[in-house]
Amino acid sequence: MTEQKTSVQRPLSPHLQVYRLPLLPLMSISHRVTGVGLAFGTLVLAWWLAALATGPGAYAIFSAFMMPLGGLALLGWMIAIAFHFCNGIRHLVWDTGHALELESAEKAGYFVLAGWLILSAVLVALAAFFWAT
Amino acid sequence: MSKANVTPSLKTARGLGSAKEGTDHWWMQRLSAVALMILAPLMMVLVITLIGEDYATAAAKIGSPFWGGVAFLFICASFYHAHLGLQVVIEDYIGNHAARLATIIAVRGGLIVLGLIAGLSVLRLMLA
Repeated sequence: MTEQKTSVQRPLSPHLQVYRLPLLPLMSISHRVTGVGLAFGTLVLAWWLAALATGPGAYAIFSAFMMPLGGLALLGWMIAIAFHFCNGIRHLVWDTGHALELESAEKAGYFVLAGWLILSAVLVALAAFFWAT
Repeated sequence: MSKANVTPSLKTARGLGSAKEGTDHWWMQRLSAVALMILAPLMMVLVITLIGEDYATAAAKIGSPFWGGVAFLFICASFYHAHLGLQVVIEDYIGNHAARLATIIAVRGGLIVLGLIAGLSVLRLMLA
């Protein structure tokens, strides 16, 4: 009995100092984080629209408040919504029963990452264009 | 483990199951997601094209039938989707039942208020 205890080499995982989340769980928690972040972003959306509906004075206050950090917030919004959008499509695919095996799910994950980068780049480029003009 | 333990049986989930709403939460989350697949890109175009524009231009654009409709529908779908999603997150991370219920009600209330502010603002711009 005691001999067996020492001879069996059980894996010491997860080894927290070297453990890194694999791609799929990392993307899963990212979907949540971006989702919660986007939900908080509705505060700004509601303020923006309410300021527009109230009048030029209220809009000036909103604009002044948004001037220093608004661009950064918008950048974060675009990157977050791009990820949630692309990964959400993968979730919808999963719901149909496809790409549920580890290999295909991971492959779909790389597609999502590629789509996310492309979509983010397009959005940021468009935003930069409209910012400049 | 017997087969009865792993079978998600309709026998034991009588009626609509313990949540009393059947698969509605899951289904509406997906339905709103599909709606947002169309509405979110349009909303992004609307927001991005209004970067750096003055008050009159922004108010006129959101007051137009098409873009106002996009904004209004996006608000309906996204606030609903956010409510369903946040509820799941809250249910996963808050174990205490009283705190969980209180948080869900607070979040739902906040989203209803924000959604009404946003939606009615768009309607006001469209009807102005």
